[in-house]
Amino acid sequence: MTVSGLLLPDVDDPTAAGFWAGCARGELLVQACGACGAWRMPPRPMCPHCRSVEVRWDRTSGRGRIWSFIVPHPPLLPAYAELAPYNAIVVELEEDPAIRYAGNLVTGPEGAIDEIDPATIRIGEPVRVVFATVGDVVLPRWVRADG
Amino acid sequence: MAETIKGRTAVVGIGQTAFGKGLPDTELSLACQAISAALDDAGIAPSEVDGLASFNMEADREVDVARSVGLGDITFFAQVGYGGGAGCGVVGTAAMAVATGQCEVAVAWRARKRADKASRPWAQVSQRITGHWQWTRPFGILRPVDEVAMLTRRHMHEYGTTRDHLANVALAFRKHANRNPLATMGHKTLTRDEYMNARWISEPLCLYDNCLETDGALAVVITSAERARDCRQPPAYVHAFAQGLPRQHQTMTNYFTDDPLRGPAWAAARRLWANADVGPQDVKVAQLYDAFSPLIILSLEGYGFCGRGEGGPFTDGGNIEWPDGRLPVNTSGGGMSEAYVHGFNLVLEGVRQIRGTSPCQVDGADVSLVTSGEGVPTSAIVFTKDA
Ligand SMILES: [Zn+2]
Repeated sequence: MTVSGLLLPDVDDPTAAGFWAGCARGELLVQACGACGAWRMPPRPMCPHCRSVEVRWDRTSGRGRIWSFIVPHPPLLPAYAELAPYNAIVVELEEDPAIRYAGNLVTGPEGAIDEIDPATIRIGEPVRVVFATVGDVVLPRWVRADG
Repeated sequence: MAETIKGRTAVVGIGQTAFGKGLPDTELSLACQAISAALDDAGIAPSEVDGLASFNMEADREVDVARSVGLGDITFFAQVGYGGGAGCGVVGTAAMAVATGQCEVAVAWRARKRADKASRPWAQVSQRITGHWQWTRPFGILRPVDEVAMLTRRHMHEYGTTRDHLANVALAFRKHANRNPLATMGHKTLTRDEYMNARWISEPLCLYDNCLETDGALAVVITSAERARDCRQPPAYVHAFAQGLPRQHQTMTNYFTDDPLRGPAWAAARRLWANADVGPQDVKVAQLYDAFSPLIILSLEGYGFCGRGEGGPFTDGGNIEWPDGRLPVNTSGGGMSEAYVHGFNLVLEGVRQIRGTSPCQVDGADVSLVTSGEGVPTSAIVFTKDA
């Protein structure tokens, strides 16, 4: 089931289900090696440092900075064309800048992805995670940390 | 070092169909026509072909191509993945097969009816996203242009790359296309004002930062250096070939490594130049994969034509323009102004420069570089005039 043509993740994907389950609980998680503890994003079945297949999910601060951003315009899939121009961002995590998440900058959990003037977005801006329910999925989104 | 394929094979035939939108022929028919033309160019009979290399995104199967064109018993066939990253990979794979005796005459090709909207991979995504796309697509990072725009903005932030640098790329390739009667944009000029006022596609990238959408097919014939000397055309020797899939890479959305702007070009370049007798300073002309203008800047850095972060300024002052630039790039117009056939037209133009038959022929082009898609696992070839 989709929400008016938006592309939603398969939250049962065996490699990534732990992340999406965290979002549903309001927690921004990162996959960590169950043996050596190294963090990795995106999730994967083996630790590239020690080759363990043991996995755990660590809770992050949910705080970071905008690493880059784009403003897509049509032609886009219809559901996105309706929202365009909107922003999409990549955030680097405060406690480990090599851990990054894509998302959208909004004014609050219920905010739309086209509501912030793209001309005001800056690389390096501090942001914190919020969670938006979209259909049957909970997606991480980001608000300005000082806003 | 182990013995390499240096100078042991050559491209001896090139062929292509017309480029267009909504061409009436099927992709299979286009593939066969391009291969047939390449064999005629080489003066080699179809029955002598015993090797095939193609993109794994190619819709036309070897069996259908072989029985249509009338090829002989095929003893080597292989495919290379990652879309636009595969172009030099299929040519290099064919060259390795010839050099190691797995076949004697190999054909590599790409056929595509890209102008057909249904053929665009990004328009075919299923609505539940799995695998690595789930880390970007649910947030509206949908198309290749969005994925590359994200890296472009970061490059601008870190190094001061500007839209003027991107315009340098678009304008240079359009100028080159304007000398190429076969180019889609052969008769359409482009000014800096038009570039700056064009509509956005994914900020910071505008319409003219994007490649064309093209129907068409291209093919090359590869054989041994010995045989090449007896063919109709001057050989373009395969001097060095490399692929590149850098550590921790994620195709297209490479936002998750320690150093996302160190792309596949860096990995390919390391092997390419290690296996070559020449280096970037010896390259007279380059065909760099240009699905998007910023890929040129990333490739100039990755293949060592300038320092890290200097790709933007490298394009200033006509430096990548024929005939006076230090490194004329995409001399037939490239994917942005000649045709976008997953970069395979770049391979043929790299060969034409060695032959001396480019629409923007570089004087004394004895070392000619061709690269494939930056941002995806990639490949590159150095062609030389002498074995
Ligand atoms: Zn580990």
